[in-house]
Amino acid sequence: MIPESFVPHLPALQIVLPLLAALIAALVRNGTVGWLLALVVSWLMVPVSMAMLGAVLDGGTISYALGGWRPPLGIEYRVDAPAGYLLVLVSAMGALAMTYAPRSLASEIPVGKRGLYYSMYLTCLAGLLGMAITGDAFNVFVFMEISSLAMYAMIAMGKDRRALVAAFQYLIIGTIGATFYVIGIGFLFASTGTLNMVDMALRLQDLGDSRPAFAGLAFIVVGIGLKLAIFPLHLWLPNAYAYSPSVASAFLASTATKVAVYLLLRFIFSVFGVDQTFDDLPLTEFLLVLSAAAMVIASAVAIFQMNVKRMLAYSSVSQIGYITLGIALASQAGLTGGIAHLFNHAIIKACLFFAIGAVVYRCGVVKLDQLAGIGRKMPLTMGAFVIAGLGLIGVPGTAGFVSKWYLILGAAEQGLWLLVIVIVVSSLLAVIYVGRVIEVAWFREPGPALAKASEPPFEILAVTWALAAGTIFFGIFTQYSGGVAGDAAMVLLDGIGPSDATPLLTRDELFDPTVSSGHVETGGGETGGGETGH
Amino acid sequence: MIGEISPGLVIIVGALLIPFLPGKARNVWGVLLPILAFAQFMTLEAGSDGLIDVMGLELTTIRVDGLSRIFGIIFMIATLISAIYQFHVGGWLQHTAGMIYAGSAIGAVFAGDLITLFLFWEGTAIASVFLIWASQTQRAYSAGMRYLVMQVGSGVLLLAGTLVHYGQTGSIAFESFDIETTAGLLIFVAFGIKAAFPFLHNWLQDAYPEATVTGTVMLSAFTTKLAIYSLARGYAGTEILVPIGATMTAFPIFYAVIENDLRRVLAYSLNNQLGFMIVGVGIGTDLAISGAAAHAFCHILYKALLFMSVGAVLFRTGTAKGSELGGLYRTMPWTAVFCAIGAASISAFPLFSGFVSKSLIISAALKEGYFWTWMVLLFASAGVFHHSGIKIPFFAFFAHDSGMRPKEAPTNMLIAMAIAAFLCIAIGVYPAPLYAILPFDVTYHAYTVEHVVTQLQLLVFSALAFTVLMRTGLYPPELRSTNLDTDWFWRGLGRSVVRRLGSVSGRGWGALAANGSKACWRFIEGVYRRAGPEGILARTRPTGAMAIWMTLILTAFLLIAYL
Repeated sequence: MIPESFVPHLPALQIVLPLLAALIAALVRNGTVGWLLALVVSWLMVPVSMAMLGAVLDGGTISYALGGWRPPLGIEYRVDAPAGYLLVLVSAMGALAMTYAPRSLASEIPVGKRGLYYSMYLTCLAGLLGMAITGDAFNVFVFMEISSLAMYAMIAMGKDRRALVAAFQYLIIGTIGATFYVIGIGFLFASTGTLNMVDMALRLQDLGDSRPAFAGLAFIVVGIGLKLAIFPLHLWLPNAYAYSPSVASAFLASTATKVAVYLLLRFIFSVFGVDQTFDDLPLTEFLLVLSAAAMVIASAVAIFQMNVKRMLAYSSVSQIGYITLGIALASQAGLTGGIAHLFNHAIIKACLFFAIGAVVYRCGVVKLDQLAGIGRKMPLTMGAFVIAGLGLIGVPGTAGFVSKWYLILGAAEQGLWLLVIVIVVSSLLAVIYVGRVIEVAWFREPGPALAKASEPPFEILAVTWALAAGTIFFGIFTQYSGGVAGDAAMVLLDGIGPSDATPLLTRDELFDPTVSSGHVETGGGETGGGETGH
Repeated sequence: MIGEISPGLVIIVGALLIPFLPGKARNVWGVLLPILAFAQFMTLEAGSDGLIDVMGLELTTIRVDGLSRIFGIIFMIATLISAIYQFHVGGWLQHTAGMIYAGSAIGAVFAGDLITLFLFWEGTAIASVFLIWASQTQRAYSAGMRYLVMQVGSGVLLLAGTLVHYGQTGSIAFESFDIETTAGLLIFVAFGIKAAFPFLHNWLQDAYPEATVTGTVMLSAFTTKLAIYSLARGYAGTEILVPIGATMTAFPIFYAVIENDLRRVLAYSLNNQLGFMIVGVGIGTDLAISGAAAHAFCHILYKALLFMSVGAVLFRTGTAKGSELGGLYRTMPWTAVFCAIGAASISAFPLFSGFVSKSLIISAALKEGYFWTWMVLLFASAGVFHHSGIKIPFFAFFAHDSGMRPKEAPTNMLIAMAIAAFLCIAIGVYPAPLYAILPFDVTYHAYTVEHVVTQLQLLVFSALAFTVLMRTGLYPPELRSTNLDTDWFWRGLGRSVVRRLGSVSGRGWGALAANGSKACWRFIEGVYRRAGPEGILARTRPTGAMAIWMTLILTAFLLIAYL
C-alpha cells in the first residue's frame, strides 16, 4: 500500500503532509479545494499511522532523526506503542471528521471562510500528530502552540456569536497553560541540560531528588492539566465545545484532550518514572481527588444543561476524570482502564457530537426542549446517539463498559472503596443525563420546529453509524480495546531504561555526511537504535 | 437446535429483528420467539455449557439444573403470555424492548457465572425502562428515571461485588456466597434492590403503575423473580432473609388497603408475595427452596393475570382508580371472571395455584420452628385475600355502579388471560407436574383435610372482616390520595416531589417525613443552585478565575511536594 521508498520517512510524512496541505489550503482559499485536500490528506494519514503502529508492534520503537541531526542533539521523532495508538486514533478521527464535514460545515460557515477552516483544521491535525510523535520536550511545545492556535480559530468560526468569546477565553487560558508548560521545560532543561525526553529521563534518574526538577514537573502537570481540562481547569471547555461548528466539536472532543492526556502520561511515566512521580510526589492523591471531583460534579452539572452540546461538553469533563483516575491508580489494571477509556471515550463522544451535529444540520436546534420527538423524525441518527449514550453510561456490550471494568478492578485492587462508589455514582449520573435526551427524543410528540426534519445526508449518517458500530465492536471484541490498552499500560509502567537511549555522537559522527539522512531504526537496529523490543 | 446458545440469547437476537418486520408479522414473531427459545431449551442437557472466553475469563453462559429449569420455564411461559397480550400495541419499540427484557431475564436465569449474570442483569434494567417511558407522561418519565437509577445501581453493585469476589477467590462462579464477606454483602444488596427489600422497595410501587398496560404485565413477571432466583442460588439458608421476608409480607398490606390506584395495590401485593418467597429462601431447607420456586412459578401466572385484567380495565376505561371504577362486570364479564380467578389464586383458595405453592413455604416455616414468622405469614395470607382477593375484583367490577359501560377487552387480551387463568386452575387442581419440576425432590401433599380447613377458616374470617368493615363504614374509603411510603427518603428528582404531598396518610410518619423532606429538598436545592444552568459550577467564568485556579493548584502541588 505504501511505496517502499517512503517507509523510512513515515514519521516525517505524518507531520509534513498536513502542514504543507494547510499552507496550500490557506493560499487557495477555496472551500471545495480545501475540503478535498483535507479529505485526501486525512485519509492518507490513516495508513501511514497504521503502518508505523504495525512496525512498532512487530519490531519495537521507531526512532527518526529529523533533518539528519541525530538525537539527543537533533529533534527525534519517536514512535512506541502508546504513541502509535494515539497516532492511529487522531488520524482516524480526522479522516472521519473530514468525511462528515462538507455539507455540515457549509451550513454553518459562510462561503468565504470555508477554505480557511480547512487550512486551520489541517494545521491543527499536524500539531496534534506532532505532539504525539515527537520525542523532544520543546518540540512538543511548538506543536502544542501550532494545534492550539488553529483550534482557537476553528472554535471562533462557530455560527453562534458566543463562539468568539469562547475562543478568546480559550486563547488567553490556553496561552497561560502553554506558558506553564514551557516554564516547566525550562526548569528541566536547566536541571538536565537536555530536551530529548529519553535522554532527560535517564539524566533525571541520575539526578535523584531535585527541587528544580519537581518544580518543573509541577508546572508541566498544571499546564497540561489545563489542556486536558482536568477539573477545575475545565472552565474553557464547555463553551468552546458548545459553540464551535459541529465538526470541530466532534474532532476536538475526540482528539485534543486525548493528546494532552498522552503528554501527561509521557511526563509522569516516561520522563520522570513511576518511582519519582508517585512515590516522592503527592501525584496520586492530587489526581485522585481532582478526578473524583470531575466525575461527580461535572456529571451533576451536565444533568441540568439545556443545550445538548454543552451537556456533552460537561460530560467530557467528567469522562476525562475517568481517564485521569486510571492514571492516578498507576497500576496495570487502572492504567489499562484509563488508556482504554481515552480511546473509547474518543469514539463515543465523537459519535454523540456527530449525531447532534446531524440534528443541527437538519433542524438547526440544539436545546433539549426543542428536540422533543426528534427520534421519530430521525430514528437512525438518534439510534446512533442512543448506542453511544449507552457507551457513555458504561453498559455491558459497549466500549465504555470495558474501560469502567478495568477502572473498578484497579480501584478494588488497591482497596479504594470510596473510589468504587464514586465510579458507581458517576455512572448513575450519566444514566440521568443521557436518559433525559433519550426520553425527550423518543417519547415526546414532535414539535412544530421539527416538522420538516428528516434523516441527514448519507455521509453524515455513515460516519455517525461507523462510530456507533465502533462503540459496540470495541465493547465485544475486547482484545482490541482492553488488550491493546493493556500493552500500552505495560510499556508506560516499565518506564525508560538505559537500553532506550541513543548514544551520544562523537564530533566526527555529527558531521559525517553518511549519517545525515533520516533513519528508521527498529528495535535491535544496527546504528545505535533503541533495543526496547516490547 | 443451534448448538450451545442460551435460550435467552435466542429471544434477544430475535427481538432485534422486530423493528424490521411489518405489523402482523411482528405479532407472529413475538409468539414464535418464546417457543423457539423453549425448543432450544429442550435440546440442552443438565450441566454447564456455552463456554466463552472473554478478557481472560471463562464465562458459562448456560447452566441447566433444577433451580434454573423451573425459573426458565415459567419465564418462557410468561414471555409467551405477554407477547399475546400486547398484540394490539402498535409500533416496534415496546415489542422490541419487551422481548429484549424477557430474553435478558431468561439469559440471567441460565447464567453460570457472575459476569454473565451481570450482563443480563443490566440488560433487564435497561430494556425494561422503555416499557415505563412508553407511557409518554411526565410522571412515567420521572418514575422511569428513578427506576433506572435504582436498577443500574443494583447492577453496578453486583459488578463491584463480582470484582471483589474475583479478587479474593479467583473465581467468578455463581454459587452460594457468604454474606459476612465484603463481596457477599455487595452482591446481597444488589440482589436485595431488585428483590425490593424493605426500604429498597420503592422503585417498584413507584414505577410499575406508571408503565404501559402491557409493560406492567411484563415488569411484574421478570425483574423481582430474577432476584428471587438469584437469592435462592446465592443465599439459600441465610438467616437474615427470614425477618426481611416476613417484614415484606406484612407491611405492604397496610398500604395496599388504603391505596386507590388498583395497579399500585397490585404492586404492593407483589411486594407481599415476594416476602413469602424470601422467607422460603431464608429458611433454606429443600422444602423451603422448592416452596419459593413453586411459589414464584404460580405467582408469575396469577400476578400477570391480575395485572392483565386491571390493565384491560385501564385500556378500556382509561383509569385504574378504585374510586372511579365499579360495576364493570356487566360489560366486561370475561375480564371479571379472569380477575376473580387470579384473585382466588393469589388468596390461595383450595383448587387454585396459590394454595399448592404457598403452603409449602408456610409448612417449612412451621417445621423449622419459626413460630413468629409462621404467625406473620398467616396474618399476611389473610391480608392478601383482603386486598388482592376481594378488593381488586370488588372495586373494579362490582361495588357501586360507576355508570361506565366499556366494551369487553380485546380478543388477544382475553386469550392471554385465558391461558394464565387455565394454568392457575390446572396447577391448583393437579399440582403433580409442578412438583415434578421443583429443584428438589419433596414429597408434599397440599390437599390434607387439616390444611384445607385451616386455609378456608383464614379466608372466611378475612372475608368476614372485609364485610363487617364495609357494612359499618369503617373500611378506608377509596380516596384520591397520595400515600406516603419510605420512598420519601429516596426521591429527589424535582420540585414535584414536594408538591405531591397533597394528602398524607399515616400520621406516625408526619413529623419524621416533614423533616426528611425538608432536608432532602434543601439538598436538591443546593445541588441545583450550584450545578443548575445558572449555578456557580455551570456558569461561564471570567478568564481570571481560571488563572487563579491554575495558580492555586500549582501552589498546592508545590507546597505538598516540598513540605
